[in-house]
Amino acid sequence: MPKLSYLKALNRALGDEMARDGSVCVFGEDVRVAVSYVTAGLVRRFGPERVLDTPISEQAFTSFATGAALAGVRPLVEFQIPSLLFLAFEQIANQAHKLSLMSGGRLRVPVTYLLPGSGSRESWAGQHSDHPYGLFAHVGVKTVVPATPTDAYGLLLSALRDDDPVVVFAPSGALGVREDVDFAALGPVPLGLGRVHRAGTDVTVVAVGHLVHEALAVAEELAGRVSVEVFDPRTLHPLDRAGLAASLRRTGRLVVLDDSNRSCGFAAEVLATAAEGPRLRAAPRRVTRPEGAVLPFAPALDRACQPGRAQLLAAIGEVTGVLVGEVTGVPGEGGGT
Amino acid sequence: MTADAGLYRTVALIRGFERRAVELVRAGVVPGGIHPCTGQEAVAAGTCAALRPDDLIASTHRGHGHVLAKGADPARMMAELAGREAGLNRGRGGSMHAADFALGVLGANAMVGAAVPIAAGAAWALRRAGSDRVAVAYFGDGAVSQGVVLEAFNLAALWRAPVVLVCENNGFATSTRTADAVAGSVLGRAAAFGIPALAVDGTDPRAVLAATAEAVARARAGGGPTLLECAVYRFDAHHTWEHAARPGYRSPEEEAAGRARDPLEVQGARIPAAVRAAIDAELDELLDAAVEFARAAPHPDPASALAYLYATEVG
Ligand SMILES: Cc1ncc(C[n+]2csc(CCOP(=O)(O)OP(=O)(O)O)c2C)c(N)n1
Repeated sequence: MPKLSYLKALNRALGDEMARDGSVCVFGEDVRVAVSYVTAGLVRRFGPERVLDTPISEQAFTSFATGAALAGVRPLVEFQIPSLLFLAFEQIANQAHKLSLMSGGRLRVPVTYLLPGSGSRESWAGQHSDHPYGLFAHVGVKTVVPATPTDAYGLLLSALRDDDPVVVFAPSGALGVREDVDFAALGPVPLGLGRVHRAGTDVTVVAVGHLVHEALAVAEELAGRVSVEVFDPRTLHPLDRAGLAASLRRTGRLVVLDDSNRSCGFAAEVLATAAEGPRLRAAPRRVTRPEGAVLPFAPALDRACQPGRAQLLAAIGEVTGVLVGEVTGVPGEGGGT
Repeated sequence: MTADAGLYRTVALIRGFERRAVELVRAGVVPGGIHPCTGQEAVAAGTCAALRPDDLIASTHRGHGHVLAKGADPARMMAELAGREAGLNRGRGGSMHAADFALGVLGANAMVGAAVPIAAGAAWALRRAGSDRVAVAYFGDGAVSQGVVLEAFNLAALWRAPVVLVCENNGFATSTRTADAVAGSVLGRAAAFGIPALAVDGTDPRAVLAATAEAVARARAGGGPTLLECAVYRFDAHHTWEHAARPGYRSPEEEAAGRARDPLEVQGARIPAAVRAAIDAELDELLDAAVEFARAAPHPDPASALAYLYATEVG
């Protein structure tokens, strides 16, 4: 079977959807030379009227896309770096997101915002390393974090077809992931539906984005000693609460692995959701960046803030009461537990 | 040292520093890569030569030149790029945030245009405190499309902030040509706010010095902001990763034409060959030592990853 890379999957989904639907167009900085690769080849296929290089004016082009959407276009807005979402937060959270309700359902804003390279890229320092998906889930904007090439393809397709604003975070840690795929089987993946990557009976590890692969590696390492179920919510808002509950009923134990800040973060929401449900057999744990973290430049310091395998193992050990031992994998001294 | 020799030395210092920094990126010693300012050094050299040590500057993602021209120690700056504890910012800032606050550098900012209101606000506060110190804000042509830059122009003009607004127009924002991103003109932006503005040959350190000196004098005398649009050419890639990615947005002919006017040669031709050779030799030694220093400096302790997060410890 042919291999599909995560970046190529995003590129392919966008190209396929642009071919299918003439109202889809792209706004972003340097999208014509495809600095991020996601838009590679699109200006040649669809022309400069559908692939627009913007000036460095994020606030303007984000709401420009809102206006275009109100007038019948289905824009994809690409942002070069995750912290640009802080800049355009007003335009997404306070404008695009609120129009449907405030118009009594008369207006719809079908815009997709794509972040190819969210989270830490090694040593891009404080202003380039955020992973602010929690902010969008918090205000109720549809928020997607695909972990695999197949999901990247399918979720981007669904986001583009959705009539609401959707933010798609492609973690930099996942961009290089490759997968064997049957291209004919690629298709939309519904928003709001989680995925069990590996079934287990002792503990549910809820992992977000690139951390799904870390969780799977740890689950494999523990096979025979602890049976780990790896649950990938894929969409953080709306969250697949039913899927999560079903997994927790199977295992009765929970660890969340989330590359964002601890306090008021996504992991806290999952823990709260679990606490509101049937009683867990052990106190749950979350493995996250530290509270209120800013990522420092030096690589070892950057890594020290990121949740990693060692912490995940320790957390699994705590909730299952099994001594799980040393990590053999590499990454992550880890942030806060 | 004569003024011309001094300007040459600063241009050559920045050139030599960045050549070595790029080598260290390739060698894996400098993580994350850098945005070299090769070809643009005359702006840093000329503007900073017009400033007093107690004046302030605020810089960009392409800020090595500004910070060195303001007097930063090249060894500690190289150590910062290498992420070492001995770096200017203890390895926490890196290339895009390499700054020396003791020298009046308010930061090198990784968000396009973000330094402009910071410099304007600092300048306003200096004047309010009764001093005649000034601030310089550096930004690229790409930044003039940022709302915050134009909002800062308005505040600076309204409140007569003693700030010199230095636009380094290198013709591109990453791959996007200025003409494809800027409606009207850069100088026209200043006109809209009643800010005096001047086009400057940014490859000539003397021309930059003269224009900045005039703008600084106006600011010190209470005359408010001035915009200088310095025409430059970026010799290198936008960022060191570009060599691998090869976006190919400009032709080899265009690059050759751009490189033809080299500030190092423009200024080098103005001083005696012997003086130039002596400066080159001195800088070689200094910068080789800076590389040695950076390579040998210890890495920070991972346990201290969030040291300095707050000025006042919480909790
Ligand atoms: C607000 C913002 N938008 C986008 C980026 C990504 N980015 C970094 S540098 C750059 C181009 C900047 O162009 P210009 O201001 O002309 O400065 P130059 O790089 O040419 O020195 C872009 C788009 C950013 N860092 N900040």
